[in-house]
Amino acid sequence: MSEEKKTIAKEKLFSAKNKRLLSDPIGKSNPITVQVLGVCSVLAVTVQLKASLVLAIAVVAVMGLGNVIISLLRHGIPPRIRIIVQLTVVASLVILVDQVLEAFVYDVSRQLSVFVGLIITNCIIMGRLEAFALNNKVWPSFLDGIGNAAGYGSILLLVAAVRELFGSGSLMGYQIVPNAFYEFGYVDNGLMILPPMALITVGIMIWVHRSRDKELVDVS
Amino acid sequence: MEDYVNIFVRSIFIDNMIFAYFLGMCSYLAVSRNVQTSVGLGLAVVFVLGITVPVNYLLQNYILGRGALGWLGPQFVSVDLSFLTFIMFIAIIAAMVQLVEMLIEKFSPTLYSSLGIFLPLIAVNCAILGGSLFMQERNYANIGEAVSFGLGSGVGWFLAIVGIAAIREKIRYSNVPAPLRGLGITYIITGLMGIAFMSFMGIEL
Repeated sequence: MSEEKKTIAKEKLFSAKNKRLLSDPIGKSNPITVQVLGVCSVLAVTVQLKASLVLAIAVVAVMGLGNVIISLLRHGIPPRIRIIVQLTVVASLVILVDQVLEAFVYDVSRQLSVFVGLIITNCIIMGRLEAFALNNKVWPSFLDGIGNAAGYGSILLLVAAVRELFGSGSLMGYQIVPNAFYEFGYVDNGLMILPPMALITVGIMIWVHRSRDKELVDVS
Repeated sequence: MEDYVNIFVRSIFIDNMIFAYFLGMCSYLAVSRNVQTSVGLGLAVVFVLGITVPVNYLLQNYILGRGALGWLGPQFVSVDLSFLTFIMFIAIIAAMVQLVEMLIEKFSPTLYSSLGIFLPLIAVNCAILGGSLFMQERNYANIGEAVSFGLGSGVGWFLAIVGIAAIREKIRYSNVPAPLRGLGITYIITGLMGIAFMSFMGIEL
């Protein structure tokens, strides 16, 4: 008993275990490319880097806070109604995020339209609440939430960067491809702006990810 | 009448839930391993969308929207409850799914046993909430349009998941590069299907 206490007291805020909680979801157990959670909806906003950056930050906020709240409440939630409790917590957080976005970045909030609301039904949020926050202490849950949301956001940003760079020749709204290229006959690839290319881009990312990390290859 | 058909066809082919907005991708990827189960899930989605979209339409127009409470009396005209949209919609969806499940269990046990496990899953399917939010954003004129939008999006989703399931059953016999197997190739096929569906763009009835 006393041993156990000592190890808990010794465990630092950023022990190796906690660090892994943060870094694993970005690479090895990435929510989108490996766990196949949370793909819903959000790919639709990856036409522009700016919109996806805002959405990624929103997801990080909702997920970090949601994990903390559920983890604080974990002893008080009756198991039978836990789904409803989780949905309510997430929905309230999303309402907050939505109001903040409308107040401070109105044009981006218009552009994101329904996709802010759809954070509620993003499977990765419910998945982590259910699988991690319900059984773990507050600090690890917070790290897990932030880590998963970051892994999710990183894919979002990568896809958005590829699509905006090749589709409109710009990043964050600033022109990247120099005018000289256009004079030589370079044309932006209009296909990149259309929705199907988001799926194909993610497919190719999964390909690259899995060729580098052989353990992840799907045998079936 | 033309309007209804137009909205119906548009929401199946052009504004398809999966190919244009990527809604409901989680269950789309997870349950599309064989045709039979995906038909079950697809039917359940059509069913639930066809019910929740009109119910949420009524909620939006008589309770939540700006000035929607006017029927209670002139002092309520200035009330705007739209900040409650998300939480009310998701509550209605969860409740409707529960209700539909109980009704089906009572009246059609065969349908219940084939849809069974999928109904509860649907409450957190983004396509359902997405349908309601799009309905709110596009301001449909009356409840008939909301119904045809709901059913149309459901049918579009159904077509997409049955199509991908059939392709995935066949692709098992093909020689796909190992790292691309499973998830990767599914994404790419979905993208190609999306490009095919885009050829319907511009259809006006």
